[in-house]
Amino acid sequence: MAEPFTSLTSVAVPLLRDNIDTDAIIPSREMKSTGKTGLAGGLFAGWRYLDTERTPNPDFVLNQPRFQAGALLLAGSNFGCGSSREHAVWALAEYGICCIIAQSFAPIFASNCVRNGIVPVVLPGDIIAMLAGKTLSVDLAAQSVRCDGHSWSFDIAAGDKAMLLQGLDAIDLTLKHQDAIAAFHRHDRVKRPWVYLELPHA
Amino acid sequence: MSGTLFDQIWDDHVVATLPGGAALIAIDRVLLHERTGAAGLNSLRAAGRAIADPARVFAMMDHIVDTLPGRSDQTLVPGGQAFITETRAAARAAGITLFDVTDRDQGIMHVVSPELGIVCPGLTLIAPDSHTCTQGALGALAWGIGSSEAEHAMATGTLRITRPKTLRVTFSGTLATGVTAKDMMLALIAEHGAGGGAGHVAEFAGDAVRGLDMEARMTLCNMATEFSAFAGLIAPDQVTFDWLKGRRYAPQGAAWDAAIRQWRALRSAPDARFDAQIMIDAAAIPPMVSWGTSPQSSVAITGTVPADANPAMLAYMDLAAGAALIGTRIDAAFIGSCTNARLSDLRRAAALLAGRSVARGVRAICVPGSSAVKRAAEAEGLDRVFVAAGFEWRESGCSMCFFAGGESFAEGTRVISSTNRNFESRQGLRVKTHIASPETVAASAIAGAIADPRKMTRQRVLADG
Repeated sequence: MAEPFTSLTSVAVPLLRDNIDTDAIIPSREMKSTGKTGLAGGLFAGWRYLDTERTPNPDFVLNQPRFQAGALLLAGSNFGCGSSREHAVWALAEYGICCIIAQSFAPIFASNCVRNGIVPVVLPGDIIAMLAGKTLSVDLAAQSVRCDGHSWSFDIAAGDKAMLLQGLDAIDLTLKHQDAIAAFHRHDRVKRPWVYLELPHA
Repeated sequence: MSGTLFDQIWDDHVVATLPGGAALIAIDRVLLHERTGAAGLNSLRAAGRAIADPARVFAMMDHIVDTLPGRSDQTLVPGGQAFITETRAAARAAGITLFDVTDRDQGIMHVVSPELGIVCPGLTLIAPDSHTCTQGALGALAWGIGSSEAEHAMATGTLRITRPKTLRVTFSGTLATGVTAKDMMLALIAEHGAGGGAGHVAEFAGDAVRGLDMEARMTLCNMATEFSAFAGLIAPDQVTFDWLKGRRYAPQGAAWDAAIRQWRALRSAPDARFDAQIMIDAAAIPPMVSWGTSPQSSVAITGTVPADANPAMLAYMDLAAGAALIGTRIDAAFIGSCTNARLSDLRRAAALLAGRSVARGVRAICVPGSSAVKRAAEAEGLDRVFVAAGFEWRESGCSMCFFAGGESFAEGTRVISSTNRNFESRQGLRVKTHIASPETVAASAIAGAIADPRKMTRQRVLADG
């Protein structure tokens, strides 16, 4: 369960490349524990550090003083492609990223964002380029991004919006449908009995 | 009936409709691996939630386990042993089926699940692994999810999904000799982009797809995620049924007969409407190889690095715009992964390697896709062909596709690889990965440089190339 998200005002940290993959967001070698925490240090490790001693790479955007407190990332198309590792989102959330504005997102990554309270916002590339480095306000209820007196609206699935706004747990929401789930299985066991398996042991 | 194959499977699994166009979809199979298995299972237990149907949840050891001979729970992954032991303990406590490190059925989840008939036509199957789409080759709706979604599926037997759109990719005609399913996908992604399938379930159709054997169909669907598709899907046919019959978790006896009657109806209607269509002339596809750090950065093996290539990508790959791919020196060659490490892949590579040697200075590794593939390959002597040529012959696992087992290629080296991703540093720090078919990897390993497998005769034809 994540913290509710209503609105955010932050400097927009530009990572304006297409196809930024989850190996880049958190390399396999940085996923060192079986839990969901302790990952922020490995965020963008391949770009953020010059060496294995973690000397900061001064050229990488997150290491520049004006962006260090940034809670909002800007990216190109297909952000979060590749491995489904939710560690990428856990690392971003732990680092303090609350919202990502991109031209498009890889589908598994976008879903992982919603489950962890990060708002994925899709805007056209020319607008994203204009927003780089500026201070923006994102209002989820109004589905708008505002900057310098301008405003852009964005789409988000109603279910995702509700979950993000209220910090709802998807499992809790689904378990409210337990009667429908049981009814489905009663019907389905007759229709497709071969789908159901038995464990070999008692 | 006028719907698509996807529509049929979707409609069969709708438990409830949700606000905003989403639906609660029944999930028939959940697979876990040791990278996130413990996190997911322990998190459920901490929340006091039970697994809805443990008989339909399977855990595999592939992402952390090492692939060295005589392996145990120890791996070179920092803290790796805990991933294995905690997943094992959590799987036992949850009462789910576990294929453990030394189990006969151990292997890469997307190789093992079809081998054992865990995936069947018409099922929904999910796993916290993006290459779950591989299993769409059997006519199942199979897709990758995150760890939280896996918890949701285990706790409720369902997922909340916004209905994806449908896309049909028709590969017409017949593939040329030496061209494989891997080349078909690289050609598709090169032309339509790594985001080209976003928001869509991609059904692969056409004569060239019908002509693929089951394992090649898995290679095709495997890289649907590299196309950003929600899933890849191939309508089941006699090839599918013949392949699946008798496998352990597939229906048996009368249940098989009943199932197959349902499966024969699983196909898109002739007048089915797709949200998008792509047509590709399969006969025109050449062997492909990637030159950059996205699968879309791929060209014909006889081609050159594009003149307008992204400079940062060129710098990373240490290539010049306009340079020929053939002849580019390599330091290592890797045959493995859920994309291309099944028995037919190893046979085709071995047919080129037989009687030849890997070029001096090239490190070459073969990692069978499952322990069963390894045994079958050894039974027909393929291991001896690989070893005689100078390849390392390993135990099964994800291996150096991405630091699995804690191993990687030496910093900055250039690798030709039968895997699915050429991302920066995926196979090792600053490693330059070129993805290609197993036969292109084998031919390049021999040449010591990227080479066209069509130019090399097969010494001993072990299988149809």
